[in-house]
Amino acid sequence: MMLIQCPWCGKRDENEFVCGGTTHIARPPSAVTDAVWGAYLFFRENPKGVHLERWRHTWGCGQWFNAARHTVTHEILAVYRMSDPVPDLSAGGAAS
Amino acid sequence: MTRQRFSALSLFLRGLSRHRSWQIQWRKPTPKPAYDAVIVGGGGHGLGAAYYLAAEHGMTNIAVLEKSWIGGGNTGRNTTIIRSNYLFDESAALYDHSVKLWEDLAQVLNYNVMFSPRGVMMLAHTVHDMQSAQRHIHANRCNGVDNEWLTPEQAKEFCPALNIGSNIRYPVLGAALQRRGGTARHDAVAWGYARAADALGVDIIENCEVTGMIRDPSGAIAGLETSRGEIRTRKVGVSAAGNTSVVMRLAGVDLPLESYPLQALVSEPIKPVFPCVVMSNTVHAYISQSDKGELVIGAGTDAYTSYTQRGALHINNHTLDAICELFPMFRRMRMLRNWGGIVDVTPDRSPIIAKTPVPGLYVNCGWGTGGFKATPGSAHVFAWTIARDEPHPINAAFNIERFREGRLIGEAAAAAVAH
Repeated sequence: MMLIQCPWCGKRDENEFVCGGTTHIARPPSAVTDAVWGAYLFFRENPKGVHLERWRHTWGCGQWFNAARHTVTHEILAVYRMSDPVPDLSAGGAAS
Repeated sequence: MTRQRFSALSLFLRGLSRHRSWQIQWRKPTPKPAYDAVIVGGGGHGLGAAYYLAAEHGMTNIAVLEKSWIGGGNTGRNTTIIRSNYLFDESAALYDHSVKLWEDLAQVLNYNVMFSPRGVMMLAHTVHDMQSAQRHIHANRCNGVDNEWLTPEQAKEFCPALNIGSNIRYPVLGAALQRRGGTARHDAVAWGYARAADALGVDIIENCEVTGMIRDPSGAIAGLETSRGEIRTRKVGVSAAGNTSVVMRLAGVDLPLESYPLQALVSEPIKPVFPCVVMSNTVHAYISQSDKGELVIGAGTDAYTSYTQRGALHINNHTLDAICELFPMFRRMRMLRNWGGIVDVTPDRSPIIAKTPVPGLYVNCGWGTGGFKATPGSAHVFAWTIARDEPHPINAAFNIERFREGRLIGEAAAAAVAH
């Protein structure tokens, strides 16, 4: 089980959280091709490495936030708020 | 090489010579510089595709590349449930094609895959479950797939260990039973296909990881770069389960997949007590008993993507809570092992067996939490798709374009795990 750093509550057990999947997905304008709309709805990067994803501290403060998690080591390299830009991950962690 | 045939008589006769005269079941060839086709992924689906390419399409100069050992991925990590009671016409055709191939697979391959159509019973615990189960039963009957409704008493008669009392959080209100469903021996499926394919000349190459895809000037597939050198080929079929996204990105192909850990566990072995397969999507319990005596229990997927082949313990605890309520006689049993496999899940919980935008590159993926049951049928139509460069009528709808055209085959409600 992972310990996840909620930006508001601190480190808590994984089962207090819900994972909301890939984050930073921008909704395209409504007048786009089927290919662009399909990519927006269904196609995900699914990386073997660092994944930027949304989490919600559902059984805690109820707040959404972003996390950068490695999908092989499960190491959480950064936790940041929904409106924050992607942090610089080059400084540390097992990212590759 | 002429293959020994397996039979009760050969087992007896070779027993007289202390089993010292058995041949190896497949060779360990070094990769040739070129093949007519290469399958990436040596699980049941990939080995099966190689077998059907050789046996039904005359393509014997082919290879299966496996980065580890054959059958060591999801083929060796699942709970071996076989059924075809899916809701939509396309799914019923695909999964029932597979069940029909399971029925005589041991004879076709001359390998005991231990297919046991002991019946798969799916429990209903709520009014919604009952309505959903009845809808599936009627849809299945229209498609020629057997499925019948059982009252709680009939369900208990079919599976005496089942608690149908009202003393549990989600009492059993009924069940849908597919009698043709059941289980098979997972390793034997990989080994059986490997042995049969090898006998037809297919090279099965283990410890060979694909690291790159070679394209010709037109963009078509020209070969593969691997950890054991370059291999030229004009046709590549990727059957890499949870690692499909990684392999396909080598050719620049994006797929609507996410990879999750799916866990399972087995108990200590006990005498035969459990005659069937029981599934409950609502309380998340999937259980059968192997011929070795272990209870084989399927748990759920973790909530986040991962490539680790392990998951968090609370997922298993959740399933064991449900098992202990439904089958109180198992409450004091000990669990021996648990493990995870990485499953590639599509947005509509239906697979992709299709051509790709890259000429000569084909993909069989997206089986999510329920790929084992489909092994023979999936392999059969994937081989057709590779050999003829066009889909078999059964897998035509399971293309990539459906995620751009909105023609989804939404089987979430019928899949093995509640979503």
